[in-house]
Amino acid sequence: MNAKIKIENLNLYYGSFQALTDVNMNIYEKKITALIGPSGCGKSTFLRTLNRMNDLIDSVRIKGNVLLDYKDIYAKDYDIIKLRKKVGMVFQKPNPFPKSIYENIVYGPRIHGINDKQKLDEIVERTLKEVALWDEVKDRLKKPAMGLSGGQQQRLCIARCLAVEPEIILMDEPTSALDPVATLRIESLLEELVRKYTIVIVTHNMQQAGRVSDYTSFFLSGRVIETDETDIIFSNPDNKKTEDYITGRFG
Amino acid sequence: MQRPQLYHELENIHNELLKMGSMVEEAILHSIQSLKNKDIELAQKVIDYDYKIDDMEALIDDKCIKFIARQHPLAGDLRQIMVISKMITDLERMGDHCEKIAKYTIKIKDQKYVKELIDIPKIADLVSKMVTRALDAFVKMDSGLARTIWKMDDEIDHMYKAIYDELLEIMMDDKEKIFQCTTFLFITAHLERIADYATNICEKIVYTCEGVYDMNIDD
Amino acid sequence: MTNYEETMELVSLNDNSRKKYYWKNHLFYIFIYLMAAITILVLVAIIGYILINGIGHINWEFLTSEPRSMGREGGIFSIIIGTLYLTVVAIAVSAPIGVLAAVYFAEYAKESKWVKTIRFGTEVLAGIPSIIFGLFGFTFFVIFLGFRWSILSGGLTLSMMILPTLIRATEEALKTVPQSYREGSLSLGATKWQTIIKVILPSCLSGILTGLILGIGRAVGETAAVMLTAGSALGLPESLMDPARTMSVHLYILASEGLSKEKTFATASLLIILVLLINTIASKVVQRFINKAKA
Repeated sequence: MNAKIKIENLNLYYGSFQALTDVNMNIYEKKITALIGPSGCGKSTFLRTLNRMNDLIDSVRIKGNVLLDYKDIYAKDYDIIKLRKKVGMVFQKPNPFPKSIYENIVYGPRIHGINDKQKLDEIVERTLKEVALWDEVKDRLKKPAMGLSGGQQQRLCIARCLAVEPEIILMDEPTSALDPVATLRIESLLEELVRKYTIVIVTHNMQQAGRVSDYTSFFLSGRVIETDETDIIFSNPDNKKTEDYITGRFG
Repeated sequence: MQRPQLYHELENIHNELLKMGSMVEEAILHSIQSLKNKDIELAQKVIDYDYKIDDMEALIDDKCIKFIARQHPLAGDLRQIMVISKMITDLERMGDHCEKIAKYTIKIKDQKYVKELIDIPKIADLVSKMVTRALDAFVKMDSGLARTIWKMDDEIDHMYKAIYDELLEIMMDDKEKIFQCTTFLFITAHLERIADYATNICEKIVYTCEGVYDMNIDD
Repeated sequence: MTNYEETMELVSLNDNSRKKYYWKNHLFYIFIYLMAAITILVLVAIIGYILINGIGHINWEFLTSEPRSMGREGGIFSIIIGTLYLTVVAIAVSAPIGVLAAVYFAEYAKESKWVKTIRFGTEVLAGIPSIIFGLFGFTFFVIFLGFRWSILSGGLTLSMMILPTLIRATEEALKTVPQSYREGSLSLGATKWQTIIKVILPSCLSGILTGLILGIGRAVGETAAVMLTAGSALGLPESLMDPARTMSVHLYILASEGLSKEKTFATASLLIILVLLINTIASKVVQRFINKAKA
């Protein structure tokens, strides 16, 4: 199986605080990898190293390699704009821009130089269909995105992310602000998307990791305790700490 | 559709279960065929085949556990998966009984049968039908059909009793024939047990559909 | 005492204290209403007094003719034009500088000693009496740079006065933009500059415009600094280098010299109407921008 991202001996510090210690992991192509663990275990921080969103924080220092298609994304000559185009991100709270539905989706493509109206229209239709939102919004594309429900907004954000044609989608607790029905819709969507994209999802909801992912990584205080197929992690994990977490005995 | 993964996996487990069911049906038919035709090769095949059924049980059991661990089925889905995990035990036992029948066949391979076998293949045929139809009822989730099949067990018991009486008579007539007749008796008992397991499956189908173990409601 | 009686006593006690609270509460309400009423009354009294005395003297001739004999006669046409010129220059100079400075503070500057000093400086600037600005404008623009008393000198001085308010308002507006917009934009591969121009500034436009309106209000109302830098010439200004008299200055001169009571009140009324108009138009504009941004 092809490891889309290979993480080697990754250490991350916030100032003098070490948030990640010796993380080694493979993220496989066209699979869903779930990152689970208690709050503050470093899973979100780890996710943000994959598209260099941690660069926004001044005090962050990183050691080790993150190889995307065998190229180190932390190398000096790596183009961060290209990286973020290739590695999209969906956030915890739906964060559509205060623009119309249409404008939200074409924002990314326009930034990357697509200005042809017909092409943009195509992108809007394609991505909205991919996230199963097209039928719900096709008659009000010019209406504000803020008028959509939480679940719809989150699907719009996924569509916005798909509009720049990423290869990998990072999701940081994408359903934690949504109700159960909207959550299930997003989960069903993930199963569709994984045919085309590599997905890494951070979730507080262990059941969710079980439901949707192919691989699961258990983080604890900045270290990866165990990474394996989700089937195994959830029925017969190797590590006692993983089992304790999965069964709810701590954390 | 919501939760496609859940349905895919459940469907996958269903298919595995049906595969196991057809393996058991085949084992029943082959064991009786080998007995009837003194086909030792076929009997040996049934014996050798049993481990595959055992493996199948382990495989489906593992799938059930993983399914529960990952998908957290509830209500109807939960009943279904729990029932499947019990049904495979029933099916595996059926397989064991077939293996026993095949072993008896080999045991008496050098003897001339005391009479032509008529009733035993008949009961075997009925048992095999019960299993087939029970699985059919499971696929259709048809509790009415399950109840009908469940009632077929009375007929089996009836036939078993008739065979028992007949064999007892033969044994009383001729002590030489006791060994062979007890063997036939055991074989019939095994077939009767298989029928009992089939009724178990029917009960579980009713439970899956209706959430109660009550076979005496007519619909 | 039986349980029942005890309970009843407790109930009656409660009743008493409830009454006490009720009265305290009531008194407090009356007090608050009174304060609010006084505030509104004062406002109504001032505006009413001025409008009653002045509005009758505003007519077409007053608006379109030039003042004669030091403002005793005629209208205030050249003064309205002077006010507009000066305000436009002040806003045109301060808006880009103010917005960009605020963007720097809110989006780029790291919390260093240097930045803290600059920010402290802008805050102090906001509190400096306008006459000091006037004095600086007079010595620097009028004398040192040789702009003389002119709309340019006045506009530049006013823009310096508006800047702190504008920077502050814009910075606050930028701070209200959720971090998630920035993250969303950056995660799509936008640069920081694209993010600011295309997402952040549009989404806090109303806040920036509010800052500008406050600035306009200050420019229109300013007297001392304008007198020192733009002069108080009565003629119609024809270029940036011409001196001009604003309505506030005109009002000040009319009142202090006792030239004409009716012209004074007419000018004051017009000034009030103008300020109200600016505010109304600006809030309409803001509303339209908000609607457009949402659509």
